[in-house]
Amino acid sequence: MSNSNFTRRGVLKTGTIAGAGLALPTYLSAASHAGFTNAPTGDTVTLGFNVPQSGPYADEGADELRAFELAVEHLNGQGDGGMLSTFSSKVLDGTGILGKKVAFVTGDTQTKSDAARASAKSMIEKDGAVMISGGSSSGVAVAVQGLCQEAGVIFMAGLTHSNDTTGKDKKANGFRHFFNAYMSAAALAPVLEQLYGSDRRAYHLTADYTWGWTQEESIAAATEALGWETVEKVRTPLASTDFSSYIAPVLNSGADVLVLNHYGGNMVNSLTNAVQFGLREKQANGKNFEIVVPLYSELMAKGAGKNIAGIVGSQNWDWKLENEKGDRYTGTNAFVKSFGEKYGFPPSQAAQTCYAQTLLYADAVTRAGSFNPCAVVEALEGFEFDGLGNGPTLYRAGDHQCFKDVVVVRGKENPENEYDLVEIVEVTPTEQVTYPDDHPMFSGGALGSCNPGA
Amino acid sequence: MDQIILQFLNGLDKGSAYALIALGLTLIFGTLGVVNFAHGALFMIGAFCAVTVQRILTLSTVVEDPTKTDFLGNPAKISTPYVESWFGPEMGAALIDWSVPLAILFAIPIMIAIGFIMERGLIKHFYKRPHADQILVTFGLAIVLQEVIKAFYGANPIPTGAPEVFRGSFDFGVLIGFDPNAIIYPYWRMVYFAFAAVIIGAVFAFLQFTTFGMVVRAGMADRETVGLLGINIDRRFTIMFGIAAAVAGLAGVMYAPINSPNYHMGMDFLVLSFVVVVVGGMGSLPGAVLAGFLLGILEAFASMNEIKAIFPGIDQIIIYVVAIIIILTRPRGLMGRKGVMEE
Repeated sequence: MSNSNFTRRGVLKTGTIAGAGLALPTYLSAASHAGFTNAPTGDTVTLGFNVPQSGPYADEGADELRAFELAVEHLNGQGDGGMLSTFSSKVLDGTGILGKKVAFVTGDTQTKSDAARASAKSMIEKDGAVMISGGSSSGVAVAVQGLCQEAGVIFMAGLTHSNDTTGKDKKANGFRHFFNAYMSAAALAPVLEQLYGSDRRAYHLTADYTWGWTQEESIAAATEALGWETVEKVRTPLASTDFSSYIAPVLNSGADVLVLNHYGGNMVNSLTNAVQFGLREKQANGKNFEIVVPLYSELMAKGAGKNIAGIVGSQNWDWKLENEKGDRYTGTNAFVKSFGEKYGFPPSQAAQTCYAQTLLYADAVTRAGSFNPCAVVEALEGFEFDGLGNGPTLYRAGDHQCFKDVVVVRGKENPENEYDLVEIVEVTPTEQVTYPDDHPMFSGGALGSCNPGA
Repeated sequence: MDQIILQFLNGLDKGSAYALIALGLTLIFGTLGVVNFAHGALFMIGAFCAVTVQRILTLSTVVEDPTKTDFLGNPAKISTPYVESWFGPEMGAALIDWSVPLAILFAIPIMIAIGFIMERGLIKHFYKRPHADQILVTFGLAIVLQEVIKAFYGANPIPTGAPEVFRGSFDFGVLIGFDPNAIIYPYWRMVYFAFAAVIIGAVFAFLQFTTFGMVVRAGMADRETVGLLGINIDRRFTIMFGIAAAVAGLAGVMYAPINSPNYHMGMDFLVLSFVVVVVGGMGSLPGAVLAGFLLGILEAFASMNEIKAIFPGIDQIIIYVVAIIIILTRPRGLMGRKGVMEE
């Protein structure tokens, strides 16, 4: 007995569906060839938020994601609008981007370059993301930025502090709002001189990867320019959990300052170990021994607990900026209110930079009148803006790095609550942290030209 | 010389953690023949027992204080821990301060219970399966456990301090006749080493001097014969699994003040602990302890700048180099039984 269902009608039906299926790739490629990768065709536009959802920076990733969701809400006209009202550019009106509602997909970078590239690739190829943002590691940022350049989409970097991201690894399709290691060092050096003098001997412990290297190079150069001597630079494996055997040699090295070029869990553990070994109470060369953490974050301060008290470092932004330093940092309170009312706690600097990046992208598309990456690049290059919480800011055309004031902070001795972990010591003005775009610490790569893809 | 002594002390401390975890691993392998890749997760759960006790002791009444404002300008919320209300501010603060040592009492029953549930609920079904299956299922369990912890406690490290009297460091050098300030060592790390020595001693004494321990040792040597004597060896082995879980858990509780607990700390220790077990000899309890301390000390010395100047990067590979040399020259490990790893 045959089970064949071949009929004239069936064959015609199957043929029609198969024909349509075969034609589909042609239709898609035709659309993409019409201009650029993932040109939005419906009434929505998809953004890809690639953050660490697992691994050691998952808390930071979660905060980034909260900020992205808030930005999407505001772009779509929901909520209180946050920084849309304080942003100096007034083209965003809460109707989405160029009339298209903003949708988003998320990916998990796992703080691993290969995983981050894979999730970004999936968001671009399968979900049709026209822009990728987020991340919490310079290794990841450099990898994903390279991928976005090849794919022809815009990369609005999240938290990445290595000089290389807008230095030797810069790309025309990539933009960084966050500050970098050079800027941290330039902002910190005068404060360090003021607090600890110009006759100091520094011992560096450095995370052994792109960010650690450029951080160490930058802070060593800036402090040596003050007259400090660098006693030793020691690289520590990224996977280290107990730093006691690296701290022990510091004790009798002749150094009177320990610089921890560590971030995240590495910094929490190395600082905890340094405090356990009594470095905070130690006297060396007739001076109080000091510890410096060039790159600070609120989440790290929380992890380090009481050990962070009195330790100086730098931040891209702080939620208290507008209250303590005035209207120059307008936008800060609008964002803190919006974020705080939705989530119940103040935003981290990672959240602020990701929120700002999303608004900056939407604004650039709107001003350009197109989602074409090359039009967006043109709109962002040399763009001067204000009202996003950091004061007047420039997206420099030469390297796609934002230039703005840098916040120098210190761990609070007696925090009043769990959010009040750092105090603002100084805000270093933009001019002091700006460098020429051919500065040797940033040389070796080329921006190239924008790639619209497709 | 002072650096050598300091690194030796550091090595003893690292070795204490490695030895405690490896001891539990070896107990499980020696009794049940199971390669338990979830053992690092048990260490991590121990550390989170300390976090939990700290949280329980700091549970507070929350009252709005109209004289202060929070970050949004709303009336600030003032928290007063219940223990301070119940026992007075001084006693309450002391209880919170001693949360890590108090967590030992909390962790022992919890860890034994987790051990029993793991063994009876999952691992017993894999006794007759190949080691590869056991590794896969226990590794999967480790991932599940760490994700559960992450879901409840978040991914950020949680500071869990030692009692005030054990914070900071003391002049160890003066104790052994060195100049003042030559060798400064943290109090809590000395406590950790002493605690590890007590636990290791207690496990050995339990196995050596109690009837229960004697039967377990007999069962490790010849399970079938012990069973034929009418002894329920399976039940005793289940209890040993619970004890092994408790050893790992207590190692984690006491480790919490050294490095803030985070959900992946078990994985950080797991691979190293396996190397320790293999170097010590699969199934050998003294071997696990010896190898734990040996590798801890070698790792500490390899981190010295003088050594790294001669062999760059040696601090990252020393443990594996030693493991390779030992396995190549003596496949059974330092004190392992002939046959294991030599088949």
